[in-house]
Amino acid sequence: MRGAVRPLRGGAAMAAVAEDCVGQVVLPGDVLLLPAHLDEEGERLRLGDGAAPRGRLLCGPGLRRCAGGLLVIKCGLLRQRQASGGAAAGGAYWVDSQQKRYVPVKGDHVIGIVTGKAGDVFKVDVGGSEQASLPYLAFEGATKRNRPNVQVGDLIYGQFLVANKDVEPEMVCIDSNGRSSGMGIIGQDGFLFKVSLGLIRKLLAPKCEIIQELSQLYPFELVLGMNGRIWVKAKTVQQTLIIVNILEACEYMTAEQRKQALAKLSGN
Amino acid sequence: MKATPLSNCESRFLLRAIQERKRLDGRQCYDYRNVRVSFGADYGCCVVELGKTRVLAQVSCELVPPKPNRPTEGILFFNLELSPMAAPGFEPGRQSELLVKLNRLIERCLRDSKCIDTESLCVVAGEKVWQIRLDLHLLNHDGNIIDAASIAGIVALCHFRRPDVSVQGEEVTVYTPEERDPVPLSIHHMPICVSFAFFQQGTYLLVDPSEREERVMDGLLVIAMNKHREICTIQSSGGIMLVKDQVLRCSKITAVKVAEITELIQKALENDQKARKEGGKFGFAESIPNQKITAFKMDSAAVDTNSVEEQAEEIIANADPPSEVFAKPILHTPGTAQIGEGIENSWGDLEESEVEEAAEEEGESEAAAFECQKMETEDTGTMRETKKDEPIVLSNSEEEEVVILEPEELPKKTRTQTNLKQENPSKRAFNKRRKKKRAAH
Repeated sequence: MRGAVRPLRGGAAMAAVAEDCVGQVVLPGDVLLLPAHLDEEGERLRLGDGAAPRGRLLCGPGLRRCAGGLLVIKCGLLRQRQASGGAAAGGAYWVDSQQKRYVPVKGDHVIGIVTGKAGDVFKVDVGGSEQASLPYLAFEGATKRNRPNVQVGDLIYGQFLVANKDVEPEMVCIDSNGRSSGMGIIGQDGFLFKVSLGLIRKLLAPKCEIIQELSQLYPFELVLGMNGRIWVKAKTVQQTLIIVNILEACEYMTAEQRKQALAKLSGN
Repeated sequence: MKATPLSNCESRFLLRAIQERKRLDGRQCYDYRNVRVSFGADYGCCVVELGKTRVLAQVSCELVPPKPNRPTEGILFFNLELSPMAAPGFEPGRQSELLVKLNRLIERCLRDSKCIDTESLCVVAGEKVWQIRLDLHLLNHDGNIIDAASIAGIVALCHFRRPDVSVQGEEVTVYTPEERDPVPLSIHHMPICVSFAFFQQGTYLLVDPSEREERVMDGLLVIAMNKHREICTIQSSGGIMLVKDQVLRCSKITAVKVAEITELIQKALENDQKARKEGGKFGFAESIPNQKITAFKMDSAAVDTNSVEEQAEEIIANADPPSEVFAKPILHTPGTAQIGEGIENSWGDLEESEVEEAAEEEGESEAAAFECQKMETEDTGTMRETKKDEPIVLSNSEEEEVVILEPEELPKKTRTQTNLKQENPSKRAFNKRRKKKRAAH
């Protein structure tokens, strides 16, 4: 909870209406004014009346709340989702930024590599600054007698239960109902590689073109971790390698180049 | 930081792929990655990229007394450093086994092969010789550091120019680059290392292993050769048993690769020489490729500069003006003066406000006592103000004290901690108010 905040001084910080900046580049320090606060610009506000009139406005990654609206803390493009039913009834704002280094966030589904066992937890490397801990009971159907068969070096797909900057992250392989819903130990074959976080988010978007085009090439299994790791398995080594190389190259390829490359491959 | 562990499925997949003679990036077993050589603005500075592995080399020279047992030879000094930016597992200051091994290989390749004529580095026998120092820095580790480092080393040595020297009797004159053109080193031949990675007890062989392949290999064979097919050094590590014809086959492959790489190096050196002679652009800035991230693509946006002046004036008008200036020093005794008064110690305040999360504070006025010659003023300045006639102080650090003192001018202080201590302890010390910059959470 914060007390009154003084109005930000001029200079580099710009105040602009949030809706005007959607799709534009925003820089850290920019202030985005929300409609509810437009009239009260410059006055001291208590954060109690920060609610938008229609519903709860979701302040997504790259943004923080401040007096008058939202404060940008990462550089990138500002995105908006319009008000609709559901969790973020008042709409959502976030900043699309590009980064390779992953920082654990609660609720993210990630691919981890088991590095060791310590007591009754597994130590899992997720690419962050600390290794995550995964209790052995956090698998579907695991009991004290029936332990999961996890070896050092195995791949785990799980989600973060606890992830903040003060403690080591904790992950689990079951959801809140106790079911695995796709999480758990990833199979033995296949290949793991790393890409940037922006590409992962692009691939996870609904109706992603890249995945659709690739699925017309060969059948394959794909696991995307929000920490930048991708696991691919296709029928043969050659097919797996092709998919790996295309996904890695998608970072720098335009849509036409990608279509050309895929056309060449499916022609072969 | 700990290195990222290798998962079981990755190592299994890599070994399976190698058994099917497939590599991750689509190369053949005997193929090298792309070698790119780019030169810096100075002589003797170059960056070599072998795929994604990057090594920076810098050569420098100095006149020193020679070693007592070799009075007519110059001194060569080689140093390879694994920068922490190259891979997460590299830590500064930790002498790992890999580092020792790489340094020894570079020394054997470049020093023991006598590729540089050390006799030509002698200026006055027994008194002054040139010491040539080669520094190699690994900037990115994607496998096969030794090859990239040896190419970078020999290219930098070929590219380097030392100052011209003339000896007349007892007099030694070292000419600056403006007086006489610097002189290249005398290099007999160019030894280049080629690495071979072995898998499955020597059954499978890969040239120029990438980082993933290096993690799963059984053993490594490094052969350093020059284009005249002379082997300068050969080293096998990893404890694998190699058969004679395997080694002979590797040396034949090495001869082919070294010939190609030497040609590439000669061409790069010639291009750079031409660019410098014709006055064209040279240096690292010209050789950086443009890789656009197409995930987010935007057309360039025009910036509206119509109201910039008004905005600037508005900012200046809204800023608090500096408060009054005390110009009357009070002389206590000769040598001790007081100008203005210090403000109360706010240590108590500081601890309370550390517990709450207070918002950012504006810069507030302070008084400082200086020597009586200097003018002292109270200044309320925020860092973000940019008045046109004041220098801009940029400091992000919470601990740093940045005080710019100019005689007869306003000292500018940052909003962070400022703690000016008295130089003369006999003078009265005034405590400054300590301020901590708290980021808005």
